[in-house]
Amino acid sequence: MARFVIRYRAWLVWLIASSALVAYFAYAIQTPEAARPFMPGKTTHAHHQIELQCMACHAEPFKGRAGIQEACLSCHAKELKAMDDSHPISKFTDPRNADTLAKLDARQCVSCHSEHKAEITRPMGVTLPDDFCVRCHADVDKERPSHKGMDFVSCATGGCHNFHDNRALYEDFLIKHGHGETVKTDAGLPERGLKEFMVYMEYLDGEPITAAQMDGRVELKPTPAVIQNWEHTAHAKAGVNCSACHQVKDKKTDQLVWLKKPDHQVCASCHQPEVDGFLAGMHGMRLKNGLSPMQPGMAEQPMKPSAAHKSLSCTSCHSAHSFDTRRAAVESCLSCHDDGHTRAYKSSKHFGLWHEEVKGRGAKGSGVSCATCHLPRVEFLTPEDEQRILVQHNQNDNLRPNEKMVRTVCLNCHGLQFSLDALADKKLVADNFRGVPKKQIESIRMALEAEQRGDARKADAVSDEE
Amino acid sequence: MRKLISLSVLGCTMAMPAVASDWTHKDIADALHSIMEADRTVYTKLIVNRLQNQEKVIKASEHWKDDKALVLPAQMFRYGAEHVAEKGANFSYSLLSLWPVNKQNNAKTSVEKEGLKAVLGGDPYYKTEVLGGKKYFTAIYPDKAVAKACISCHNDHKDSPKKDFKMGDVMGGVVLRLPIK
Ligand code: HEC
Repeated sequence: MARFVIRYRAWLVWLIASSALVAYFAYAIQTPEAARPFMPGKTTHAHHQIELQCMACHAEPFKGRAGIQEACLSCHAKELKAMDDSHPISKFTDPRNADTLAKLDARQCVSCHSEHKAEITRPMGVTLPDDFCVRCHADVDKERPSHKGMDFVSCATGGCHNFHDNRALYEDFLIKHGHGETVKTDAGLPERGLKEFMVYMEYLDGEPITAAQMDGRVELKPTPAVIQNWEHTAHAKAGVNCSACHQVKDKKTDQLVWLKKPDHQVCASCHQPEVDGFLAGMHGMRLKNGLSPMQPGMAEQPMKPSAAHKSLSCTSCHSAHSFDTRRAAVESCLSCHDDGHTRAYKSSKHFGLWHEEVKGRGAKGSGVSCATCHLPRVEFLTPEDEQRILVQHNQNDNLRPNEKMVRTVCLNCHGLQFSLDALADKKLVADNFRGVPKKQIESIRMALEAEQRGDARKADAVSDEE
Repeated sequence: MRKLISLSVLGCTMAMPAVASDWTHKDIADALHSIMEADRTVYTKLIVNRLQNQEKVIKASEHWKDDKALVLPAQMFRYGAEHVAEKGANFSYSLLSLWPVNKQNNAKTSVEKEGLKAVLGGDPYYKTEVLGGKKYFTAIYPDKAVAKACISCHNDHKDSPKKDFKMGDVMGGVVLRLPIK
């Protein structure tokens, strides 16, 4: 044995050292803080919060690219489906598109959105040169003569097209909405209707309750302020008692136990899509990926130093018991965010309208809060296949490219041309829309002209028949 | 070792469904197409032509979600094809034309170009082709104007390069591909 050890000494040292190295590496990629030295390069703004949770994207290292693709889709598949992706994977798997795939493998997210490559990453995390559309659409001017001589860099930057989401940009939509008014006469937001939905589905009877009927007095010992706050909320008015949030089933014993501080999972028992949105966005993605809650101090956006160590949960914006949605729509945001657009908000026309609504002088839904645009009210198809209006709590859902805001937000109050122009004006956005857009996006004019030419063609065809 | 390989080869052949041996690629393609054609005709006649053209209660529109309208027959066909692809089936199909409303539906490979011309005569067309290094048995079937809705919609569509389709015309073709091992 001893002879064996001496003889193969070098090999043994090598074996032990490499096993240790492999074990350390395996430990590191599964342990957020230990992973730092192995980061191959900075991640994009989209993923920096979870970049040390390697397994969030690299869970299936032996599946190679397919494993990464699965990880991308585990978070992004739903939104791609909802946005009616203009370049879905299914468009490229047909063998007749083999030549297209050779130019750009659009079946893989990472073909265009490569991570850890800060030096070549452009807006939207795109790591291809600006003019990538040319690879497949080089002869666009044959089909659309109006596009002759246009630079391929301008397809997306000109405010006309997006690779994925064209719901507010497709030709017939531009024609249908035409130029439109600057401000609509019936401007305003749609109403949410969660209580009506819960009652309709028979999840709640919806009968209001008062302090006298509270069921958690002994166990939770609420202060008079808590009782008063609760009594004025939609919760009390819809019959949601203390136990609805504070009493949960213990996983081990299966017994109901009282909980002092319920977390987002408890909220999800009634507000599932809202919580899903929160977990998908910048406020909740760390929680979703098994990390500590996001704190403003970790953000890349400018934040107030005083808020650096606040931990984000449902109640950090919607303070517990009062659940004041108006506070959550403006004051909560302003208590952390500190960029130019945010600082300019209180001197904007949008805020003026909000102020009037809050003071009771403006109509319901006429004010424009931070949430109006960034946590918008959207039509949502519930898992029960019912349509309801809810607040999209993923603030990134409509943020980039910003034309994604047009349908769900801007068109509630503004015409299409004004909306597209305003969103394309970077300075206007930075100033929180003080002034009017400087440039006009060409797409509506082009679509209307194409339609007129089409009519002319149709007229020709008719006269040919005669 | 060699024994092992031949045994496993035998195992595989035996595990294959018996029909595979006596059904040719053409038979399989024809069978698949007969279902596609039946579904497509039923949808166009019973849903689109009846509700849009006869009863005039609802329109069909490319932007059916926004317009709260019926899905177009071509979209119905494509969504089915995409569904099949997502399920991981090893055959694929699409609806193409020499006069496409949607330029993505133009003939692209040389077999498609030749085949779409050939089916104007009314008979199917069969050929093998190599795409992306893989070999396929490609069958192309004529797609005919079976209802007034077909021709009125195409002839009036602003992006249609042909405005004089008549009832019974071959408007395009269903292209079906089976991989050949
Ligand atoms: C209400 C309008 C409408 C009706 C009805 C309709 N089509 Fe189409 N058809 C379209 C549109 C629009 C497209 C392009 C859809 C796409 O791929 O996005 C299309 C696509 C096609 C294509 C593929 C090539 C192309 O033009 O893009 C063929 C072939 C076709 N239709 C034949 C038919 C036949 C045959 C019928 C009747 C059975 C029919 N269509 C009924 C509007 C219609």
